[in-house]
Amino acid sequence: MEKLRRTMLYVPGNNAGMVKDAHIYRSDSVMFDLEDSVSINEKDSARLLIFNALRTLDYEGIETVVRINGLDTPFGLDDIKAMVRARPDIIRIPKADSADDIKEVEAIIEAEEKLAGLESGSIKLMAAIEGPLGVINAYSIATASKRLVGIALGAEDYVTNMKTKRYADGMEILFARSQIVTAARAAGIYALDTVYSDINNEEGFINEVKLIKQLGFDGKSVISPRQITPVHRIYTPEQKEIDFALRVIEAIHEAEEHGSGVISLDGKMVDKPIVDRAERVLAMAKASGIMVHEDDI
Amino acid sequence: MRVVKTGIAGTLESSDVMITVSENTSKGIEIELQSIVEKQFGKQIRRVINEKMEELGIKDATISVNDKGALDCTIGARLEAASYRAAGISHVRWEEK
Repeated sequence: MEKLRRTMLYVPGNNAGMVKDAHIYRSDSVMFDLEDSVSINEKDSARLLIFNALRTLDYEGIETVVRINGLDTPFGLDDIKAMVRARPDIIRIPKADSADDIKEVEAIIEAEEKLAGLESGSIKLMAAIEGPLGVINAYSIATASKRLVGIALGAEDYVTNMKTKRYADGMEILFARSQIVTAARAAGIYALDTVYSDINNEEGFINEVKLIKQLGFDGKSVISPRQITPVHRIYTPEQKEIDFALRVIEAIHEAEEHGSGVISLDGKMVDKPIVDRAERVLAMAKASGIMVHEDDI
Repeated sequence: MRVVKTGIAGTLESSDVMITVSENTSKGIEIELQSIVEKQFGKQIRRVINEKMEELGIKDATISVNDKGALDCTIGARLEAASYRAAGISHVRWEEK
């Protein structure tokens, strides 16, 4: 079954209460942040807190992601050394501008895994693209490592670098989003959208989630548990989509039985992209916990 | 590891703990514990602290603990951070973990 990454709940890495309870809201992933949410004086303490939490607590199958500090800071190397041994599912690299940024982190992880006697390759990577250079290099970043499972847009830094700010309609980040989702699809990895920081604007949030789903993103980072359910709801296929998908699959079976190369449904030709979409709708429905009869697929 | 100054880590927020590690020359480990769950978990908290001191090789220290219902792993993390700060060491030896 396809792994869902619709929501990644952002958890400040030095907040003991939130670290303890991160999984109870049932986001698809939780992201413990050692970077921007942790003040410079608390980097050591937050790193130990996340290390102990990952070593000790049971996050009940929720995917664990740790956002480390960049290697251009005094904290990035210690973050990697600690997290390789803490074993989250994914290490998220901030501010990726080129494939080299990914390869550099990968080489250190590889060496630390060896030192710690751990199996090579078990920790996956995710990269956040947060600047114009990263957007330009999105495909080479997306294909820089076999460990890379997804790329994400970090819009706050991006818009600042672009000499603009966030607007309600998101036009200022449309190119970055399109480039990132296209690069991710070309590389066969996940595309994850940026945060929506106005947690009291539910309507604005819902519009943004609908837009990123329309663009093809797999999901987005969320900064409040309140944002989880709306995303999951929007990403769950509607019953009429599921019904149509089942009929498409049925039409394929029928055509195969009759030895017919052409598939038609309601008098319209069904070609490969429609079949692919139908299969994806059913996979998403199953992954979202909707009962779809196995025989129908 | 030797305590050479006062090191503080943690916060007074719920589920956290604030720990101060300071010098206690040749007097062993002394713990001053204040906890919202002292009656129930006081013994356990002291055990976590003594084990961590042993792991870090600290023989003499005064440890002041203001606990707001932290998990053992949180107490361990804050104590370790405070100890490293009190020892004036900025890098944890992750290779030994």
